[in-house]
Amino acid sequence: MARHAYKYSAGKLLKHGLTHGDWPRMWRRPERRDSYDVVIIGGGLHGLATAYYLAKDHGITNVAVLDKGYLGGGGSGRNTAIVRSNYLTPDGVAFYDRSLDLYNTMSADLNLNIMFSRRGHLTLAHTDSALRTMNWRAEVNKLQGIDSSVIGPDEVKRLAPSLDVSPDTRYPILGALHHPPGGVVRHDAVVWGYARAADHLGVHMLQETEVIDIVCEGGNGRDGKGPGGKVTGVRTNRGDISTPVVVNCTAGWASLISNMAGVPLAITTHPLQAAVTEPCKVFLPTVVVSGSLHVYVSQTDRGELVFGASVDPVGTYRVNGTLEFTEELAGHVLELMPGISKMRLLRQWSGLCDMTPDYSPIMGFTPVEGYLVDVGWGTYGFKAGPVAGETLAETIATGRTADLIAPFTIDRFTEGDLVGEKGAAAVGH
Amino acid sequence: MIVVPCPYCGPRNSVDLRNCGEVVPRPDPSTASLSEWRTYLYLRENPAGWITETWYCRSGCRRYFTIERNTATNEIRDSEAS
Repeated sequence: MARHAYKYSAGKLLKHGLTHGDWPRMWRRPERRDSYDVVIIGGGLHGLATAYYLAKDHGITNVAVLDKGYLGGGGSGRNTAIVRSNYLTPDGVAFYDRSLDLYNTMSADLNLNIMFSRRGHLTLAHTDSALRTMNWRAEVNKLQGIDSSVIGPDEVKRLAPSLDVSPDTRYPILGALHHPPGGVVRHDAVVWGYARAADHLGVHMLQETEVIDIVCEGGNGRDGKGPGGKVTGVRTNRGDISTPVVVNCTAGWASLISNMAGVPLAITTHPLQAAVTEPCKVFLPTVVVSGSLHVYVSQTDRGELVFGASVDPVGTYRVNGTLEFTEELAGHVLELMPGISKMRLLRQWSGLCDMTPDYSPIMGFTPVEGYLVDVGWGTYGFKAGPVAGETLAETIATGRTADLIAPFTIDRFTEGDLVGEKGAAAVGH
Repeated sequence: MIVVPCPYCGPRNSVDLRNCGEVVPRPDPSTASLSEWRTYLYLRENPAGWITETWYCRSGCRRYFTIERNTATNEIRDSEAS
């Protein structure tokens, strides 16, 4: 099924630059088949990564990725593109560190520059208790070989001179957790890279194809759905597709899709707002996060400052911007960097975050045979995309839950075995 | 901005209140099985449509009340004291 891949290279760039020739399309618009071995719902980073690793690592290429809109139009293109692995729990650290490894070699692996800027990541501490948590995280991280340490205000000032580290502010910077391997990635490029590579391996990406229902049989609920049943296909706005395996890789609509298979989730959906300023000369060399002030800041290669916040306190599917957010955000950013008070916000947007009670994803098999989930990605879906795809592909291909995602299975809620990542992830990032 | 009609304080900006989420029937703790109790604790319908939810009027009357809100549009109807 694999097609001849059109390789990008410096030579090709030069040739196209001189001749102004058209570049070939990155992926096809294939004809839908009536049946696939695996159907993935959600053409974002997670869905495409899963399809790519299914094809590349396990030779399963009869795969369709369905999206009701266009590829990467949801959370994949709305996040603030930060990657890191300095989590609080050993489970989380091992998982996100594997993702960081995959991001490190991704440009070469996918033959597309994803612009990974490994610029370091600072999590500021404004209180004694926050500092204590930072020390805790640093020790958990070091134990697993992650480059992570607590630094004092002087070192913070050296790494990010625009920060106000004076002791007489309302939230003085007492120190920070410094994580040099963290950084930012061009998130759209990651989506395109996976889509293009998956397409070359024979995967079908079906855009503007909305799943209306998941067809099940044998379950104890309505229409054979629910525990004990198994998946036989999906119904879409463009016709029915039969398949023994359906993977829910959606964010924002995870509960609605899962209810189609009769599998309720421990998820509430909240919008998360972000904003970007007008571009200016590059002055912020690292990613800066403040949990107490609910804000994280990084500067893009174009010079815009990207701001993100924590999720909105009211669960809703509506992604409006609010004035409260803008005011609070501006106030908090100026607490940290008073020097940018004259900068103007260029635009503001929001995306949907599926929040779980333990700030960890829900992955793998469910009580319905052939229905798998990769949901509940809250505010950490982008940095986890590659490892989520890799482990989920392994789980589908081998029929056994991959070791790295064993702590994140759906039955942890009924078993009462939650992960407890809250300390590290209470602020969006 | 979501305007929440508190039955005691009148219409207020949602930032003045705390959203306590979907109303889920609470099983009797003395007879509920572990799985029933955990279902009550964690599982949510989370629909894109009308839900019945609880609000806490934290900077006003400090009372709890339930209303119906459409999570797809944030439209609100029918507030009653509880």
